[in-house]
Amino acid sequence: MKRAGFDNIWLPVALLLPQLMIIAIFFYWPAGWALQSSFYLQDPFGFGSTFVGGENYTSLVGNDQYKRVAGFTIIYSVLVTFFSLAIALLLAVKADKVIRGAKTYRTLLMWVYAIAPPVAGFMGILFFDQSTGPLTKFFQMFGWDFKLGVDYNATATAMVIVAVWKQIPVNFIFFLSGLQSIPRSVREATMIDNRSATGRFWQVTFPLLAPTAFFLLIINITYALFDTFGIIDALMKGEPGNNPMTLVYKVYLDGFRGNDLGGSSAQSVILMVLVLLLTVFQFRLVERRIHYT
Amino acid sequence: MAETTLETPVETHRPRRIKWGAIGDHTVLILGALLMMIPPLLALTTASHDAVTIHREGLQLTLGDNLGKNFHAAMFEKGGFTQTVDGTLMLMNSFILGIGFAMGKIIISMMAAYAIVYFRLRFATLAFWVIFTTLLLPLEVRILPSYEAIQKLGLTNTYTGLIVPLIASATGTFFFRQFFMSVPEELAEAARIDGAGPWKFFVDILVPLSRTMIAAIFIIMFVFGWNQYLWPTLITTDESFFTLVRGIKQIVLSYTDSQIPEHGQALALAIVAMIPPVAIVVFFQNWFVKGLTESDK
Repeated sequence: MKRAGFDNIWLPVALLLPQLMIIAIFFYWPAGWALQSSFYLQDPFGFGSTFVGGENYTSLVGNDQYKRVAGFTIIYSVLVTFFSLAIALLLAVKADKVIRGAKTYRTLLMWVYAIAPPVAGFMGILFFDQSTGPLTKFFQMFGWDFKLGVDYNATATAMVIVAVWKQIPVNFIFFLSGLQSIPRSVREATMIDNRSATGRFWQVTFPLLAPTAFFLLIINITYALFDTFGIIDALMKGEPGNNPMTLVYKVYLDGFRGNDLGGSSAQSVILMVLVLLLTVFQFRLVERRIHYT
Repeated sequence: MAETTLETPVETHRPRRIKWGAIGDHTVLILGALLMMIPPLLALTTASHDAVTIHREGLQLTLGDNLGKNFHAAMFEKGGFTQTVDGTLMLMNSFILGIGFAMGKIIISMMAAYAIVYFRLRFATLAFWVIFTTLLLPLEVRILPSYEAIQKLGLTNTYTGLIVPLIASATGTFFFRQFFMSVPEELAEAARIDGAGPWKFFVDILVPLSRTMIAAIFIIMFVFGWNQYLWPTLITTDESFFTLVRGIKQIVLSYTDSQIPEHGQALALAIVAMIPPVAIVVFFQNWFVKGLTESDK
């Protein structure tokens, strides 16, 4: 709050009211409702519900399918995060170095940010088409009978590739802006101390980029968990079957197609706790960031 | 920049080395640019072929002569399951969602941020926490209960139900709070001494001062709203409310159900769905990059 604040009482209330009302109706009410219904078993035909305590949670723990989905979500998040960060970092370092065409490269490398995940997924369908897809043929060259939507590993690979492609621009933008904020004096000093460009990168530039990288780590995990829904939905063409899926997709599937309200709510609550943990982790990092500068 | 000024005197003895390094850098960047450019470009060239060719041979490298025809069909012929929606209507819905969401978010969050930063309120801290807790849980996490809430309010298949729940997160408020905190104290004091009330100060000084910030956040929010998929999928079952991004799956499915899938038309629709957000990001990229890298700190 500013020292020179205004003393008016009704104006700030009126200013805050729209935001508070929207949050109350579309955030706190639904979140509370999810917590409540995660302890109930909903009648599939809509005739009331019975309190079952933690049964929805315990049945998830023992559910093999849920474990499989959770396992896939972890592997998927790790792969998407790692590859999109690594490729983006390489490109950002190079884009920061070149003088000629720097702005053109920046534009060409970041514009995919604006493409919607399901649209990216739809293009993926054509690239991984069972009979004509160029990437299908590429994998077949290595003797892998790549069948999107049929073979679990093939579908998972396609999901990772499309998700990485879609996420490179964001990471690139943040890495480039992080690199460009390294002061000139620091760069010149390291130039004198260390002749090897690789040595300079790992000993000076990378540690200075670490706060950006930590921050991006959280952003990318959140992306892999939630924002890839459209990609996953497009690539499995609306037929879950035996296909890999993430936890969020399962919440959607159980809640909207399976009509398992209690189970879906329990999964929602588990995800909420997961996101809360990530956020606490992130806030601690933000504090660290402030100490850095 | 700094590197060359320093490296030049050292490297004059071995001019070759610096050249190889630069070539390597450009090679990596060109490969990266190709990686990002090729899929949408192939989508465009493929969209210029007829359905039979695409069905038999897949993606096309060359331009065919059906580009206009496919785009015309995608935009003006009724498609989907009920044959009531065409590309033009979906394009309009996408603009309503993108612009409505961005404007709503900016107005509501600027007002809230102003109240939190510039007023001495007893419950300011409470309001701050009530608002910023929403940063913790994205809509996807509470998707089912949010849908139930909208259904109970009778807002399914309305623009209100489509847009307002997406606004229920504090990203914008947080962004403007950070910006207002960085505005010099003296400004508000000077305004007060000159006799300007809080409303006048907000409208005549603070809002004009935030122009760049507003532009930056508008671009980010427009793209975010335009690209929404899960929420519109749940909320709009009536095809006349379909956005391009939401409708694309339905359209693809109904095309692929036919004997020879109309992938050309579906791709044309995908390209129409890409153009507005890509254009705004490319044309206003300085604002966009500034908004993106500063809003998330």
